[in-house]
Amino acid sequence: MDNLQILLQAPIFSVQLLIDGLMIGAIFALAAYGMALVWGVMNIIDIAQGEYVMLGGFITFSLNRVGINPFLGIPVSFAALFVIGWILYRIVINRIVERDMFVSILATFGISILLQQLMSQIFGADIQTVESGLGTTFIFDNQITISQIKMVSFVLALAIGVVLVIFMRKSRLGRAIRATAQNARAARILGIDTDRVYAVTFSLNAAICGAAGALVVMTWVVQPYMGLAYTVRSFLIITVAGFGNIATVIVSGLGLGVAEIFAGFLLGTEFQMAFIFSLLVAILVWRSIRLRRKRQVLR
Amino acid sequence: MSARQKTDGRKLTLYAAIAGLSIAAPFIMPNFYIQLSYLWLMVLFALTWDVVGGQMGYNSFGNIVFFGLGMYVTAVTQRDLYYTINEYATVAGRVDALTPRQYLTGLSLGLGMSAVAGVLLALILGVLVLRLRGHYFAISTLGIGFAAGDIAGGIDYIGAGSGLVTPVFPSGLGERGLFYYFLFLILAVAAFLTFKWIYSTRFGLAINAIRDDEDKAEAMGINTTRYKVLAWTVAAFFLALAGGATGNLIGFIDPVDTAFAGATFGVWMILMAILGGKGTIWGPVIGAVIFQITQELFWTFLLGWQRVALGALIIAIVVFFPQGIMGFVRHNWPELLGHRIEAREEEEAA
Repeated sequence: MDNLQILLQAPIFSVQLLIDGLMIGAIFALAAYGMALVWGVMNIIDIAQGEYVMLGGFITFSLNRVGINPFLGIPVSFAALFVIGWILYRIVINRIVERDMFVSILATFGISILLQQLMSQIFGADIQTVESGLGTTFIFDNQITISQIKMVSFVLALAIGVVLVIFMRKSRLGRAIRATAQNARAARILGIDTDRVYAVTFSLNAAICGAAGALVVMTWVVQPYMGLAYTVRSFLIITVAGFGNIATVIVSGLGLGVAEIFAGFLLGTEFQMAFIFSLLVAILVWRSIRLRRKRQVLR
Repeated sequence: MSARQKTDGRKLTLYAAIAGLSIAAPFIMPNFYIQLSYLWLMVLFALTWDVVGGQMGYNSFGNIVFFGLGMYVTAVTQRDLYYTINEYATVAGRVDALTPRQYLTGLSLGLGMSAVAGVLLALILGVLVLRLRGHYFAISTLGIGFAAGDIAGGIDYIGAGSGLVTPVFPSGLGERGLFYYFLFLILAVAAFLTFKWIYSTRFGLAINAIRDDEDKAEAMGINTTRYKVLAWTVAAFFLALAGGATGNLIGFIDPVDTAFAGATFGVWMILMAILGGKGTIWGPVIGAVIFQITQELFWTFLLGWQRVALGALIIAIVVFFPQGIMGFVRHNWPELLGHRIEAREEEEAA
């Protein structure tokens, strides 16, 4: 807790942490939105969520290595992960859609292990990053530094989120997805091909995470075993925010980003992941205790 | 001879054959001590997971936390009983660091302590986490398992990220591999007999009732919380003991790769129980044996890619074979498991 002294003596430093947290939180919110989509529509909890982020990061990383601008990695990762998501749906996910949720957790855990080991074989277990080529902005008499790539990725993450919301509200396919989420059987009766809707939903989720991964590799780092942290973060954000409302997802995402950065600073970065995992357990237990008073259980 | 006696006789032969084979195995295959010890560890893993996951319907992804805790508690007890941390760093790795008597005292005291620690942790965590149901329980236990690894990796007293070395097995206690083989054999058999007994009592019926419908079980007057926590505690007791023994078998404790190995042991225990058949006593045992052999074959023939293959195996088993071997047998040849089918008996009568 020595770092608490620093914060008390130099309050401006907490502004720095706050900004860093918000910038990272936008990417968390993006991944969480994808998870909310799959969970809400297909009733599947996808443990491999974080691995799609990781794959998107590595795709951008490989593109950059052959000399392609990393910003082009965002649409490429989006498209590539859409295809990967489609393949995974056709091979595995379509067989577990209407089964017990535990089966989906375990099967996607298998996918997660498969993907992370595959990437570890191909790229090695090291941490990788991509230089975006952008500079750094200084504000408040140079006391606070913000790398411009973080700002850009913040704006891009929110922009992708907005486009998704418009897609879900206005497009025919978006409406079909929402109808399936409300009542799959009724949707089928009304002539919606729910199998195709599921395939699109699952692939779209993978694609969103892929785009998020492209942002992660530019602002932060990627490594083959980083996935689970993103999955747990997404899960955490959704348990707090619920599926329905994109605004609350974004607010919880930003909140989690800030909380995580402060925790990492105060407790030491080695306990940052442990903080997220413990926060998840604490929130769930707290909610179940409150529900218990009303004789209900968290389902 | 009635049918009853016939099956009893057959069962007795089966048990005797397994016992004979288990005792003879390390002498027949003296080069595979570690793999054989791991076989019993896997059996224990699958059995302990199945109490809560199969019989009670609470799918835990975090049982590994008791295993890791036991590993650390045993190793730290062994270390602190005779040395301070700094002294230990200088003697670590020396064969004559401990006399056989000291080693045995340290090991048994350490195992005892780890069992106590595991039980206490299961009581505390159980009261908190077992309120959650379904996927909330699954994900929060997943979180606990991985959080434990990260926390252990940050504590200097237990070696932090660079790990902890367990005392070297002293000369004069016989063959090290043999010693640990029989330790694991005893642990696994004790776990098997305990669970077999538990499932035949009221307790077993109560946890099965919780699996089938928890709300109704509660309405019937079963104190569900007490049963759930107790079941988890029994699992934790055996896992903590197994953890302490495994730390000594490997000789080195890494917080994420050996102690809180959620992505390997933690998933394998679930997979083995499912492969054999959830909610049966023999299923986890069969699943563990098949899985351990498959895993060793992967390790031998797919070096480097074995983890990738294991991921594919997990998906394949969960998606295509969720009923498990026992479920498959029960469905196709129910009479083998002693289930009678009315229609068939009527045919015989006619």
